[in-house]
Amino acid sequence: MTIHQSPEAFGYDAFLSAHQNKEVLRFITCGSVDDGKSTLIGRLLHDTKQIFDDQVTALQRDSRKHGTQGAEIDLALLVDGLQAEREQGITIDVAYRFFSTDKRSFIVADTPGHEQYTRNMATGASTADVAVILVDARQGLTRQTRRHALLVSLLGIRRVALAVNKMDLVGWSQTRFEELLAAFNAFAAPLGFTEIRAIPLSAKNGDNVVLPGTAAPWYTGTPLLQYLEAVPVRVEEQAAPFRMAVQWVNRPNSDFRGFAGLIASGRVAPGDAVIVEPSGRTSTIARIVTADGDLPHAVEGQSVTLVLADEIDASRGSVIVTADAPMRVTDSLEARLFWAAETELLPGATLLAKIGTVTVNAVVTTIRTRIDPETGNPEPAARLTANDIADVTLTLDRAVAVDAYAANRDTGGFILIDRETTDTAALGLIQADAAAAPVKDMPAEIREKRSGGGFLSKLRWVFGGI
Amino acid sequence: MSGAPLTTQAAPTQAASRSARLTHLQRLEAESIHIMRETVAETENPVMLYSIGKDSSVLLHLALKAFAPGRLPFPLMHIDTTWKFKEMIAFRDQRAKELGLDLIVHTNQDGLARGIGPVSHGSEVHTDVMKTQALRQALDKHRFDAAFGGARRDEEASRAKERIVSLRTAQHRWDPKRQRAEPWHLYNMRKKRGESLRVFPLSNWTELDVWLYIEQERIPIVPLYFAKPRPVVEREGQLIMVDDDRLPLNPGETPKDVSVRFRTLGDYPLTGAVESGAATLPEIIGETLAARTSERQGRVIDKDGAGAMERKKQEGYF
Repeated sequence: MTIHQSPEAFGYDAFLSAHQNKEVLRFITCGSVDDGKSTLIGRLLHDTKQIFDDQVTALQRDSRKHGTQGAEIDLALLVDGLQAEREQGITIDVAYRFFSTDKRSFIVADTPGHEQYTRNMATGASTADVAVILVDARQGLTRQTRRHALLVSLLGIRRVALAVNKMDLVGWSQTRFEELLAAFNAFAAPLGFTEIRAIPLSAKNGDNVVLPGTAAPWYTGTPLLQYLEAVPVRVEEQAAPFRMAVQWVNRPNSDFRGFAGLIASGRVAPGDAVIVEPSGRTSTIARIVTADGDLPHAVEGQSVTLVLADEIDASRGSVIVTADAPMRVTDSLEARLFWAAETELLPGATLLAKIGTVTVNAVVTTIRTRIDPETGNPEPAARLTANDIADVTLTLDRAVAVDAYAANRDTGGFILIDRETTDTAALGLIQADAAAAPVKDMPAEIREKRSGGGFLSKLRWVFGGI
Repeated sequence: MSGAPLTTQAAPTQAASRSARLTHLQRLEAESIHIMRETVAETENPVMLYSIGKDSSVLLHLALKAFAPGRLPFPLMHIDTTWKFKEMIAFRDQRAKELGLDLIVHTNQDGLARGIGPVSHGSEVHTDVMKTQALRQALDKHRFDAAFGGARRDEEASRAKERIVSLRTAQHRWDPKRQRAEPWHLYNMRKKRGESLRVFPLSNWTELDVWLYIEQERIPIVPLYFAKPRPVVEREGQLIMVDDDRLPLNPGETPKDVSVRFRTLGDYPLTGAVESGAATLPEIIGETLAARTSERQGRVIDKDGAGAMERKKQEGYF
């Protein structure tokens, strides 16, 4: 298998444009402590020829000092970058790795398996298109496997590769493989994955990682890499309605006022009718400005500067959205929290909530239920401790525009910041069921603005975001 | 969630061509621009660390794009150790003039007075005094609360684990065990008095991405990146260019002209060249793909022992 064709083979121009036109897949790897995650990533990097000679030399030296593979090279050391990790033989922090093939570029978030580092896994999963969940063929599904599958599902990842590792240690048993797949399917049934692809492999030997293995003739599927090269990317984000949070107002002179931001979802073109949330004022897109000239249209993932046809009030924190699908504007949020701080969370606590480009004060009014991290079942809780997952109600000091996380990861996700330590205390996902908040709870100025649009706009407010 | 099923294999349907797929480079560019705009909106006094190298050239290009048609809303700052290649300084001054940049050049005057240099004091002391301490002095002097840097996660193992927005204590130290979660595109830029941020918009770029982008965008870079015959001596497996008469020659050592280029640029006695005939960007990209050694192989300071970079970063090295 050729990973990089030689530049001479078909000319520099074709070669350059092939590389410059590749798309990117972001994926996360997760598994229990000894499932071989770091080894799997090391194998992907090694077999796609991303490891350089001086790194191999350093690896040989480090393998003698810290390796867990006896006299052999320990590929995991390529990924475990911090001294503390090497000394303890574990992965502490999320690490980002990069490799590319002729078909795609890949950004890998390698996340720790230990329970106390759930927040790192949530960080890695928040931007991933696909999760690779590792299982040790001998151990089968563990508490950690269930935890990780639940977590990636909660964070909105819909495509999963179940990498059944260490198949060489169970004699490449088809029965064992199918048993594990059946157990995983049963557990994952309520988790809403659109695709589960199970692949029997050995990260240590390399079978079915980049190259097909020969030890399991009964497996007719593709190696892991080929799956990753073909799986669809960011389909949901492209199909979702247009949303762009305003980061910064570009006003170089009195003739130009542009709203700069990253398009979170959908597509926009001049002439499109838009709403500026949370004020609810309407306008039309006049221009899409970039340093390379105006664009005829722009899509999810692009950083642009929008000029509106009308002089309406918009600033950092505003969200420009398609008039076809307004956002929910509310000062009360039902949210699922991943509590990351070492301190406890008690009802009544006040934190800062950063939602898109707006930061507001948020009071945790109630902790409704804690989520059992293995079963996903709700249980009562009076307080939260580090790495707890729980459903809470937040009251904000002003109304903000949001979507349900299930509909849009970028406009439905937020962070909570501890006002004293300034640390990120929690990751939050906005839930859909708060949409029916009564109109009387709307802040007065918004109610007034909205009522200008008559009955339909009120209805839209009540049902918006569902 | 419904919508036209878009797959990579499908022939371009109307829906697919409507929302043309973004390339990896377009997404990287957009992410970097987003990070820069967030920093400008959320910090009081940001600065861009400009090291004159190719990553800095890309960073500057992205910043110009991020704030167009407006001007750059922050100054650039170069920490000058006085041991940069002459061509680097000439390039820096020329770019500053062409683009009308607000450029601050800072040198550790105390270190200069003490005669600290890489030849006399070795790479560790020189880097500590003339780079790490100099950077801390300059950030304190100008009260910058956020500094952009061109570091990438693919460069070195400890950088692979650093956040895009990285908090530093009032003493400019990095604590790898107390890093903030950084989900979605949400960056927590809050900090306590005296603390500051290092912001790395190129975190997710690789060396190859940088070269491909330089080619695509026609970004000017220092000529030292292109191969041509230059006077070098070989020391401990490294080709060291004799840039001026401050490099003492060992007995029997004579500089000879070899066709070389640099994959990375730092202080000249600490930066090794590679033998190469690659005089154009496509040739450099071809060599990068075929390369058998990593780009930091030419950096002497990375070899000051295992975990050297992690330790330097904890001490406040960028």
